[in-house]
Amino acid sequence: MALAIKDNNQLYISNFESLEKSLNGEAKSWVHQLRQDALNKFDELGFPTTRNEEWKYTNVTPIAQENFKHVLKPDLNAVTSNDVKRFEYPGLDTHLLVFVDGHFAGQLSSVRDLPDGVKAGSLADALRSDAAPLQQHLGKYAPYQDDAFTALSTAFIIDGAYIYLPQNALVEKPIHLLFLSSSHDEPFVSYPRNLIVAGKHSKATVIETYAGLNNNRYFTNNVTEAFVDENAYVEHYKIQEESSEAYHVSTTQVYQKANSNFVSNAVTFGGLIVRNNPRAILDAEGLESTLNGLYLGTGKQLIDNHTTIDHAKPHCNSHELYKGVLDGNARGVFNGKIFVRLDAQKTDAKQTNQALLLSDDASIDTKPQLEIFADDVKCTHGATIGQLDEDAMFYLQTRGIEKEMARNILTYAFASDVINHMNIKELRDYCHHRLLVKLQQDRLEGIDQE
Amino acid sequence: MLEIKNLHVEVENTKILKGIDLSVKPGEVHAIMGPNGSGKSTLAQAISGRDTYDVTNGEIIYLGKDLLDMEPDERAREGVFMAFQYPVEIPGVTNSYFLKTGLNEIRKHQGLEPLDAMDFLKHIKEKAKLLDINTDMLNRSVNEGFSGGEKKRNEILQMAVLEPKLAILDETDSGLDIDALRIVADGVNRLRTKDRAIIVVTHYQRLLNYIVPDHVHIMLEGKLVKSGDKKLAMELEEKGYDQIKEEYSSVKAKLEETV
Ligand SMILES: Nc1ncnc2c1ncn2[C@@H]1O[C@H](COP(=O)(O)OP(=O)(O)OP(=O)(O)O)[C@@H](O)[C@H]1O
Ligand SMILES: [Mg+2]
Repeated sequence: MALAIKDNNQLYISNFESLEKSLNGEAKSWVHQLRQDALNKFDELGFPTTRNEEWKYTNVTPIAQENFKHVLKPDLNAVTSNDVKRFEYPGLDTHLLVFVDGHFAGQLSSVRDLPDGVKAGSLADALRSDAAPLQQHLGKYAPYQDDAFTALSTAFIIDGAYIYLPQNALVEKPIHLLFLSSSHDEPFVSYPRNLIVAGKHSKATVIETYAGLNNNRYFTNNVTEAFVDENAYVEHYKIQEESSEAYHVSTTQVYQKANSNFVSNAVTFGGLIVRNNPRAILDAEGLESTLNGLYLGTGKQLIDNHTTIDHAKPHCNSHELYKGVLDGNARGVFNGKIFVRLDAQKTDAKQTNQALLLSDDASIDTKPQLEIFADDVKCTHGATIGQLDEDAMFYLQTRGIEKEMARNILTYAFASDVINHMNIKELRDYCHHRLLVKLQQDRLEGIDQE
Repeated sequence: MLEIKNLHVEVENTKILKGIDLSVKPGEVHAIMGPNGSGKSTLAQAISGRDTYDVTNGEIIYLGKDLLDMEPDERAREGVFMAFQYPVEIPGVTNSYFLKTGLNEIRKHQGLEPLDAMDFLKHIKEKAKLLDINTDMLNRSVNEGFSGGEKKRNEILQMAVLEPKLAILDETDSGLDIDALRIVADGVNRLRTKDRAIIVVTHYQRLLNYIVPDHVHIMLEGKLVKSGDKKLAMELEEKGYDQIKEEYSSVKAKLEETV
């Protein structure tokens, strides 16, 4: 087997050329240089095969071989405000930015009363009107030198969200980025690109939601970069509800400065082949970073989480809790890298990853990967893979609870500690509810009320 | 009410119960005593339906029905309850949700309306009060972080809420202080009616001062080797198992001779 699949390189190159034509005079800008460089890199790399260690358990051949159409201009009329409502969180008041097939849809969005100097809008708009401030951040954190998907996504930086918080800014309401994929006659691809710049002492909550409006095939190739400056606090949620035929490859790359705090909660419900790369670089002292995640795979889903926490400087704490529930023929992959660089003394890193297999045909490949070069550090990691606890099953049954219901109760309990770590009640409720729906909700009424 | 005949049970191909006969009538309290490892919990688990316990021979008839044909949850809905010797911790599931779900499943089976959250809370708080159980425990995960005694009391709370027809208490008295013992015994006695039956597994005659049994059985090596009334328990407390073991082995030797 080859190391890379390059069958469709020509397709992406010609897509790139069409994009270039649509750009008019912008082709000489630094952004386009970045795109061009990333495209060259992608052309060189090709899509990875399972011979690539980073993709050992995740075969992306179906993605590599599909002829995805690139939607340069979406049909914004194809999406209604009712479609949007379906993916808002009941009871949660947000600044809402809606994107359709990767492009900002202003008429579906509502951003009101942002504090002075705060920006939350379309990346494309920001690049058109005032690109200079973005240059020091965009493409600077998510490396594409050896990552074909990030390279491809960077080559097609077109739109997404640009969030900017000046020093001391405090955004009370969560900023909700809703990425909807619509329907086309053929499979299509979008490249949502987000940039979050949180200035010193600023504070905000950002929710990314990815959802398919129909059960069709498409490919979301997302990169989100976040720069979290000194003493800033960013709470990040990613709720993934792609269609059951969709491919979703996503990198959330965080770069943190001193005494900052970044908390990520990534929840995966949808998608056929899913790869998430949440990565945090802890490049200053005294900061805190949390990467939590929950995934629920059923049917033939493949859900791969490759997390990276890079302790580059001393006195930082990182926490990681990933839990997966796999039923049917679903497969999970978890790889949790923790680097503790020579300089990063007094690091405290904690990683827990647990998977619950509900069926004999479900499986998971999991690998913690600790690379520690400093000597005065505290690193703990624990990985468990298990079935439902037979003793607990029996205990529930002896109290009159039928087997399937007992199973659902225990599954719900397993997943609920990740959900309970989320600070936003409406998101907790949503996730609990969705978990129940995926586990046959009608039998579990009331469990989330007590 | 409960007819156990010639019950043989194996765990992982090891014979544990080797022919148990036991007949329990409504209104009766039976005590089963016996040394560690003699098979008391195995009997309790087999009655409850634990599938790791293989019934290789014999039958269990409960209210005229073949219990061995039923899943553990069906047995529970028919009124069989076991207080576990080692209650299970279930992180993430609150005690009150656990109890409410069980109770409503049982009510449904009995053709009763399920209790809503309010009614249930009222119901359970009453029972908790009788058993001197702090209602904070209701909002905690099932048995998680409970002390040994709290776990045992929680078992009795479950029994009080579910109101079974046949209750098997597997060493519910172990690890209880004297006040708790009295409270637990009160809880059991309250349940004692002419159409309910209770089987108490215990090591101590002490409990039987509070819950006075109609019959006492001694289990040895997977068999009920001796039965009597409450005096048998007192005798046992005085003399220990040695004499019974001796008697039993001489009987066994004789039996083997005649074969
Ligand atoms: N799951 C199991 N696997 C293997 N052996 C088992 C299992 N369960 C019970 N046994 C064995 O069966 C025998 C009877 O155990 P049981 O728990 O019924 O005893 P007991 O009379 O309740 O003892 P105790 O008074 O200590 O509670 C013991 O030798 C025990 O080791
Ligand atoms: Mg026992």
